[in-house]
Amino acid sequence: MIEAKSLTRRYGSLLAVDGISFAVEPGTVLGFLGPNGAGKSTTMKMLTGFLAPTSGTASIHGHDIRSDSLAARRMMGYLPEGAPLYGELTVERFLRFAAETRGFRGDEVSRRVGATVERLSLAEVLGQTIDTLSKGFKRRVGLAQAILHDPPVLILDEPTDGLDPNQKHEVRRLIREMAPDKIIIISTHILEEVDALCTRAMIIARGRLLADDTPAGLLARSRYYQAVTLMLGDLEAAASRLGALPESREVEIRRGRLTVFPSSQGHLFEAITRTIREEGWQIEQIQLEAGRLDEVFRTVTETREVAR
Amino acid sequence: MTNLSVILRRELASYFATPVAYVFIVIYLIMSAAFTFYLGGFYEREIADLEPFFRFHPWLYLFLVPAIGMRLWAEERKSGTVELLLTLPVTPTEAVLGKFLAAWLFIGLALLLTFPIWITVNVLGNPDNGVILAAYLGSWLMAGGFLAISACLSAATRNQVVAFILAVVVCFLFLLSGLPMVLDVFRGWLPQAMVDGIANLSFLVHYGSISRGVIDLRDLLYFGLVIGFWLMANRIVLELKKAD
Repeated sequence: MIEAKSLTRRYGSLLAVDGISFAVEPGTVLGFLGPNGAGKSTTMKMLTGFLAPTSGTASIHGHDIRSDSLAARRMMGYLPEGAPLYGELTVERFLRFAAETRGFRGDEVSRRVGATVERLSLAEVLGQTIDTLSKGFKRRVGLAQAILHDPPVLILDEPTDGLDPNQKHEVRRLIREMAPDKIIIISTHILEEVDALCTRAMIIARGRLLADDTPAGLLARSRYYQAVTLMLGDLEAAASRLGALPESREVEIRRGRLTVFPSSQGHLFEAITRTIREEGWQIEQIQLEAGRLDEVFRTVTETREVAR
Repeated sequence: MTNLSVILRRELASYFATPVAYVFIVIYLIMSAAFTFYLGGFYEREIADLEPFFRFHPWLYLFLVPAIGMRLWAEERKSGTVELLLTLPVTPTEAVLGKFLAAWLFIGLALLLTFPIWITVNVLGNPDNGVILAAYLGSWLMAGGFLAISACLSAATRNQVVAFILAVVVCFLFLLSGLPMVLDVFRGWLPQAMVDGIANLSFLVHYGSISRGVIDLRDLLYFGLVIGFWLMANRIVLELKKAD
């Protein structure tokens, strides 16, 4: 498991990461969510041993990142932001280098590289210079380098950033495939990704950990959680009728849609469908909201900012 | 140190995967030949030695070695691969030494490729090959000194041009510190012992004695210390600047 204790990093007078603590168990895909410059990458750089924390520490499967850095690094695969690679090398030469630094020698190097190349479908570009590859392939080479030694911990900084939808899908499939027995930490500012991939999400802004929950838990914080959105002919009439229901707390008309927010009692969706039947309204569309992550994200990151 | 050779081999692979290696070797060979025959008056002297060849090496290295050294860390920092490299299970010492040794071996290779001039002088006359061997050793050691300076300054910036200029300036100071024009500046207000100290920092002085065939342990130690000092500085600078 990974255990971070008050990880803190300062750049001069700027406090990039401010006392972040958390623990992660194997089998978790943890998403770091946050605006740009929130401290997600800095936290990852500290976990992977690139940056020394100003104070606090973390341990990776029992190896302290400060006092036992090499052993901790052996446990991890890391894809830095933007997937930097030695562009002048061929894919094969680069992966062999990665395998050798991971301590593999002789036939084991070829075996590892071969298995990883197959897993990431890199065979067709194996002899190509990395600089000549498309963005999607480069990202896959970066991932290959990170998973080559089958590490128990994977840290991926914006693994799908800048990829087209198909490539994103491909990378997510791969992450999901590896998830069951590993700890995978990804950072992203794409909210849908959290829902699609993560079993746990942490919202980080201004270097602080503001929320730590499952994606469902985060969604439940949304004011839209369990709200019902309708499209029908007479919005005003429907709004006053539905607003009077004991199950509704609030109604809102926006861009030709009526949204009814639930109160703490009863079941709003049932109450609304019952009312629709009673009134005989013609409904063009009705939707039970799952909660909006972008709204939770904004609420969490912005209200805390005001509070400071 | 198990990863030292892994890093060294990767570095060398990069040299030969780009035009860097070929351009450097060709320019080095052409320039050293030009200096030897035109400025050094190799034939006109009618002496069977390689003094005109080795005499210009400090000046050749002054520009060519920083050109090799400037990319060592600045390029890694610019492209972000430094983050990849230093999060692999590699110690900073392995990384610094591996990169340095790769570049040093590469310069050594370029130096070895000047062997036709050694053949030439042996065909034309009867040179003292011991002196020539010592001079080759001295030349390579001096290149190592220049390279260690360049590597350290390369870690200080992510801009290769800045790294190059800084390295040339510092190398120039180390080269000239034994000349009267530099020493005269200090002579007026520093005690003699310190002036001697500055004079002793000069690459020219130490290289000069080795290239005349006098292998003095102190000269070897001098280059060893210069390289060691700048590589340690390299480690520290890298640690301080890698995240910028």
